[in-house]
Amino acid sequence: MLSVAVRRLAGLLATLVVASLVVFTVMDVLPGDPAQVMLGTEAREDTLAALRTRLGLDRPAPERYVTWVAGLATGNLGVSYTYDEPVAGLIAERLVVTLPLAVFAILLSTAIALPVGVFAAVRRGTPVDTVVMGLGQLGVAVPNFWFAMLLVLLFAVQLRWASAGGFPGWSAGLLPAVGALLLPAIALALPQAAILARITRSSTLDVLGEDYVRTAWAKGLSRRAVLGRHVFRNALIGPVTIMGLQFAFLLSGTIIIENVFFLPGLGRLVFQAVAQRDLIVVKDVVVILVAAVVIVNFLVDLAYAAIDPRLRVRDVPR
Amino acid sequence: MSHADVQATGPGMRRRSAWRRLARHSGFVVGAAIVACVVAAAVVSLFWTPYPIDVVDVRGRFAGPSAAHWLGTDQLGRDVVSMLMSGAVTSLTVGAVAVGIGAGIGVPLGSLAAARPGLVSEAVLRLGDLTLAFPAIVTAVMITSLWGPGAVNAILAIAIFNVPVFARLTRGTALTVWTLDYIQAARAAGFGPVRIMARHVFPNVAGIIIVQATIQFALAILAEAGLSYLGLGAQPPAASWGRMLNEAQTLLYFAPQLAIYPGVAIVLSVLGLNLLGDGLRDVLDPRLRGR
Repeated sequence: MLSVAVRRLAGLLATLVVASLVVFTVMDVLPGDPAQVMLGTEAREDTLAALRTRLGLDRPAPERYVTWVAGLATGNLGVSYTYDEPVAGLIAERLVVTLPLAVFAILLSTAIALPVGVFAAVRRGTPVDTVVMGLGQLGVAVPNFWFAMLLVLLFAVQLRWASAGGFPGWSAGLLPAVGALLLPAIALALPQAAILARITRSSTLDVLGEDYVRTAWAKGLSRRAVLGRHVFRNALIGPVTIMGLQFAFLLSGTIIIENVFFLPGLGRLVFQAVAQRDLIVVKDVVVILVAAVVIVNFLVDLAYAAIDPRLRVRDVPR
Repeated sequence: MSHADVQATGPGMRRRSAWRRLARHSGFVVGAAIVACVVAAAVVSLFWTPYPIDVVDVRGRFAGPSAAHWLGTDQLGRDVVSMLMSGAVTSLTVGAVAVGIGAGIGVPLGSLAAARPGLVSEAVLRLGDLTLAFPAIVTAVMITSLWGPGAVNAILAIAIFNVPVFARLTRGTALTVWTLDYIQAARAAGFGPVRIMARHVFPNVAGIIIVQATIQFALAILAEAGLSYLGLGAQPPAASWGRMLNEAQTLLYFAPQLAIYPGVAIVLSVLGLNLLGDGLRDVLDPRLRGR
């Protein structure tokens, strides 16, 4: 178990290093002169020279990479060109919106999908099952930003129960802040839940057909004991795998949805930075998003081992 | 029975019965019909749309549905049906080219990894892990910040994410085929790996790749819509469903219908492709039926 964990940790670090190298190469080396990209072709030579010095372009690329990575590790991400503020501070301000939104959405979709999926599997072939399968198909097909617009249309425009967007900040109190994240979280969670419920159903069906489940029934265990102890835990492996893969989609979804609801999160920050060609901010946010995907997939790998003892001794099959 | 007879009846018969089973598969038929309609709309729009999409008619804007404009007009007085038809071209082109590139690179890489276990295989897998850490939107953000937005960037971003999907699938499926007896026989007969791959392995993994390609196509249409919505995809004058939604967002209180049509177009296209893919999978791989 320990050696597997150490090997996976080494793999995680290697992936993070290579990913940061890719981001650095694309954003810092490929453009040739990033200062020119940021200021455009009309820029004055002295302004360009000043920005080049500020970006450290007078130093060789390997040295710039090492400085950047060291900065990432210590939280010193440089100073944004357009905001003229430390990027670390900008990102921290935005993360307090993006992170709770993503977690809120994951919790919501899991809380809906797991029971519904198991229920549909146990009731296979009944109308409940058909509805779950149908919603699963629909969930894959509905873009979450469009679903978000439909929610705004219904709850803000028609019913006037909620505001169409914006975020009062956590200082306004827990309730208003969570309230502002509720519609965005539902918009992210429901299509996700539809997919997850389908996977849970299929995974549960597999387990229900296993010999040890038949044995559990045969020895007279209660329905609760069979489903809770034998079926549910084993059926979790499928959805957990998918949740890891879905994280990348969820993260993308979160930064898109922020634009629908005008939430001041990482998504808004990075798109404003793209529009203003603030490559310093883009590079930092991109590497943080990529690291988040890599780290979550690593944690999901570990979660398998916790759920499925067979995987504690060997690597997860790919 | 001579060798020629076997070739004439064997695979041909199998193919005919597969078509018959597909024709009886209700999901496949519905999916194929939807996809056919979307493709037809896109193809027709290349030659003809009810109204030109690049002509602004401010006096006729926000018109409701009528005989002249079936779904009304948008904030610039453009005909919504014409915009939707042209948007289909963008969605289908970006999706098809992105998945084509993804499969075009991923399938050979996966085949290589299956034929050469060990270092090559490991390198392909690790490269795949790395690529999967870059969601299309993140790649698109990087590309756009350097070279500006455009359909080509969207294609590139989606294609990059698709490469490892196809590489892994091909490797996984081809690995099991490589262990089969007839491959051993082909090896014993002195055929090289490339010939074995092309003549014996690929035909057996092609079905699964086609199914996956259909599903990836659907995902690519969703991704394209998302990127266009954010302004990272196709730019005017090309119409795009995602950008139509973006423009409609600011008008939600005033003209909510404009936010409905493009979304329905996306959902129908994706649903159609998924139903088509599910149908193909059920027929090609009966073990997965009903999952």
